[in-house]
Amino acid sequence: MVVISDILVQGIQMLLVFLLAPLLTGFVRKVKARLLRRRGPSVLQPYRDLLRLLRKEVVLADNASWLFRATPYVTFAAIWVAAALVPTFATGLLFNWTADLIVIVALLGTARFFLALAGMDVGTAFGGIGSSREVMIAALAEPAMLLIVFCVALVAGSTQLSTVANFIASSQTGLRVSLGMAMIALVIVALAENARIPVDNPATHLELTMVHEAMILEYSGRHLAMIEFGAFLKLLLYVSLIVCLFFPWGIAIFGAGPLSYVVGAGVYVLKVGFAGFLLALFETATAKMRVFRVPQFLGAALMLGLLGTLLLFVSKSL
Amino acid sequence: MAAVAVQLWCVAALLGTAVVAVALSRSRQLATTLIYGATMLACAVAMIGAGRWLLDHPGGASELTLPIGLPWLGAHFRLDALAAFFLVVVNLGGAAASLYGVGYGRHEHAPHRVLPFFPAFLAGMNLVVLADDAFSYLLCWEFMSLASWALVMAHHRESGNTRAGYVYLVMASFGTLALLLAFGFLAGPAGDYGFAAIRAAAHSPSAATLVLILMLLGAGSKAGLVPLHVWLPLAHPAAPSHVSALMSGVMTKVAIYGFIRVVFDLLGPPDWSSSGIVLVLGGATAVMGILYALMEKDLKRLLAYSTIENVGIIFVSLGLALAFQANGQALPASLAFTAALFHVLNHSFFKTLLFFGAGAVLTATGERDMDKLGGLIHRMPVTSVVFLVGCVAISALPPFNGFVSEWLIFQAVLQSPSLPQWGLKIMVPAIGALLALAAALAAACFVKAYGISFLSRPRSAAAETAHEVDGFSLAAMAILAALCLLAGVLPGVVIDALSPIAVEILGHRLAPQSGLAWLSIVPIAESKGSYNGLLVLVFIAVSASLLFGAIYAYASHAVRRVPAWGCGFTDPAPAAQYSAAGFAQPIRRVFGTLLFHASDHVTMPAPGDIAPARLRIELHDLVWERVYAPLVGAVGYTANRLDRLQLLTIRGYLSLVFATLVTLLLVLAIWS
Repeated sequence: MVVISDILVQGIQMLLVFLLAPLLTGFVRKVKARLLRRRGPSVLQPYRDLLRLLRKEVVLADNASWLFRATPYVTFAAIWVAAALVPTFATGLLFNWTADLIVIVALLGTARFFLALAGMDVGTAFGGIGSSREVMIAALAEPAMLLIVFCVALVAGSTQLSTVANFIASSQTGLRVSLGMAMIALVIVALAENARIPVDNPATHLELTMVHEAMILEYSGRHLAMIEFGAFLKLLLYVSLIVCLFFPWGIAIFGAGPLSYVVGAGVYVLKVGFAGFLLALFETATAKMRVFRVPQFLGAALMLGLLGTLLLFVSKSL
Repeated sequence: MAAVAVQLWCVAALLGTAVVAVALSRSRQLATTLIYGATMLACAVAMIGAGRWLLDHPGGASELTLPIGLPWLGAHFRLDALAAFFLVVVNLGGAAASLYGVGYGRHEHAPHRVLPFFPAFLAGMNLVVLADDAFSYLLCWEFMSLASWALVMAHHRESGNTRAGYVYLVMASFGTLALLLAFGFLAGPAGDYGFAAIRAAAHSPSAATLVLILMLLGAGSKAGLVPLHVWLPLAHPAAPSHVSALMSGVMTKVAIYGFIRVVFDLLGPPDWSSSGIVLVLGGATAVMGILYALMEKDLKRLLAYSTIENVGIIFVSLGLALAFQANGQALPASLAFTAALFHVLNHSFFKTLLFFGAGAVLTATGERDMDKLGGLIHRMPVTSVVFLVGCVAISALPPFNGFVSEWLIFQAVLQSPSLPQWGLKIMVPAIGALLALAAALAAACFVKAYGISFLSRPRSAAAETAHEVDGFSLAAMAILAALCLLAGVLPGVVIDALSPIAVEILGHRLAPQSGLAWLSIVPIAESKGSYNGLLVLVFIAVSASLLFGAIYAYASHAVRRVPAWGCGFTDPAPAAQYSAAGFAQPIRRVFGTLLFHASDHVTMPAPGDIAPARLRIELHDLVWERVYAPLVGAVGYTANRLDRLQLLTIRGYLSLVFATLVTLLLVLAIWS
């Protein structure tokens, strides 16, 4: 019975992120449109886009290899697994101990590795430009991410997300400067990893300014649907990660019963919606930066992570 | 028969094979199959013997003294857990390289320059690991160096190889000199060169630090620590590919064995400050190695530079183990030490595999220059799959083995707040960030290596008409690829197999892992962090196939093949694709401006002129230019000046002798 309820909770979690991810992107787009005094498409538009893409035929380049065709599935699966392992509405999920924060980051790395390879597969200039810039951004984001992990692990004594969330949700933590720095750093990393403004522009098709979109330029039909869906999931994953690490209040403790799960889920959706609103606000207020300004932007995240860690060495309560 | 005797018989078999190879070099085909077959057999027996011994005799040691070598010392050999593990690494690599060689060796145009030295090289590496006194150790070390030097010089007529051989010889001599001094300090004035005596003696802290530095110079130059790495990217690629695989995947590990043996085993408890040196050197080596690799367009040189990166990672892990051990923190020390050994094993798997792959590409196309490759995934279907496995594994991505060892190292890094010294406390997170940077750059580097050589459109006629290589080579690569996956999904088994070594060297081990539920690994405590490679693999596989099934059941199946889209225009010339240098451009700009003084020069033709625009990339190897070139200049200058001494008259020489004698007597007089 316990096992069944465990599996049920884990299954609901996987299904929840699966269903919620396009909605978040649709919501962000809607808010952005309203901020620009446009009416904007419905928040359900990403679902419709995905269905439309799924029904279309795949237009494949003559020299595309099996790797190009396998990548959408591998990428999506890796991101989905990673997203399912981040606690959303409840901690202590069945498979939480499979992967800690470092593994989740590395799973996203696997997804990116294959996507960057697929960008090189057809041999067009756009794929190359996208891949080479993507790996540069990743190379800058990963050290910053490790320092964030380090900082959080110093406070909570664990890299296991459930443990961290439980620890921070408990009242003993209070406000901490170092966690604040880690949070800002994580937001910067999340913006870069999700190809958002100011690092990349998800809406543009102006070729020379794009990174992620250039890499997947050759994809179409169901393959493109998988990749887009993967990107939606990744955005939700990072939002969930920020929420789970720094604002875990309201998250249901494992085994707390169905009612608290429902409350946890409601609070989670509210938090994600608020984060989506902030993201839209930030993107509307900021301009995209030149590619070679990105190192400075991500360097700030690195330094914040390092500073947060050092502050913790100075005093455990900072 | 004693276990160590079995190992020595295998070495004797290898040496015998080398002798037979000299005699057999007339008949090419037969000799190749026979020699590589015999080598593979000897290595396999040695590997199985060492592996079984490691599992069956934790904590034991098997010793043997042969009445050869120095008359008052004899040659001591000893098999303990540490040696057994490294023997497994050496002989696994040796067996795989021999299997690969059966196929690859057929294309060898000068087999008489390779066949005799190949088994001799393996014998040398085995003997270094088995040696139990300083004299045999150094002798075997030199034998190993010279055998590998002969293999580097196998194709000495190709441009650059002679220089590679020369630089290697000089650096190898330098390394041995450092080792000689290190053993001199270890033996002390009593001069007992047996390892057992050295282990028993007490070493003063200053002597211990000096020995550690000398070992970093001696073993580090062989392993490729920056700035002693300069010979490695020249010499490793110059050898035939299966030898490159052995040099990169295995010989660097023998050097690391030497470091562990002396610093962890013989030297006794370390001082914490010395761990700082190892950490900094390791971190710098990891990042510099992979940045050099990213700048490279020669596939084999890229792999050689990436070896430097991995050696850096291993040294960081060893440095962590030293730091924890110095502070008496047994559990984190054994975690870092186990992680280092795990990475040694992993690197021997995937680097050997990748060099085999580069060799297969070389056989199929005759090219090592990535800018002349491309599209091989269509023409070399098996090689492209196994090479991809190697690339994913070396980029530290789950669920393959490279990730597990890096994850363990990060877990060790996360234990650093418990260190009492402020210097280490602050340094270790920064080193961790450097490791993360190196891992991300490694992923970039191998996206480049695979993307440029195996994906995209063929950039030369040779790449367009390539054919898959022979079955022996493919089998060798497939076995290693399977090992990469196995070690990645069953890390607990490997960690448990490594535990006798941690017990032997540090006196402490990680908790047994292989009995844990679902085959997870939990190095410290479950609340601290756990990882389950098997479940991650299963989850990815299940969700990917669910998705695939769902899409094929409900979504469109149609596929239309058309010319590439490329935003409406794709230049049909393959040269219009991204090149190796082009792919590295963003990273070159971010990191290279400072570290390599990199600059791009574009020459645009005048308006109306139809000449092509040219891009020239200027890169400076600062280590070579700032350290080695002045040194070489100084040596040359001194040699020129001293040249005059060769043309003196007999009177002149006699007065020199007299002056020397007087000076020495004066020194003696003042001394006492």
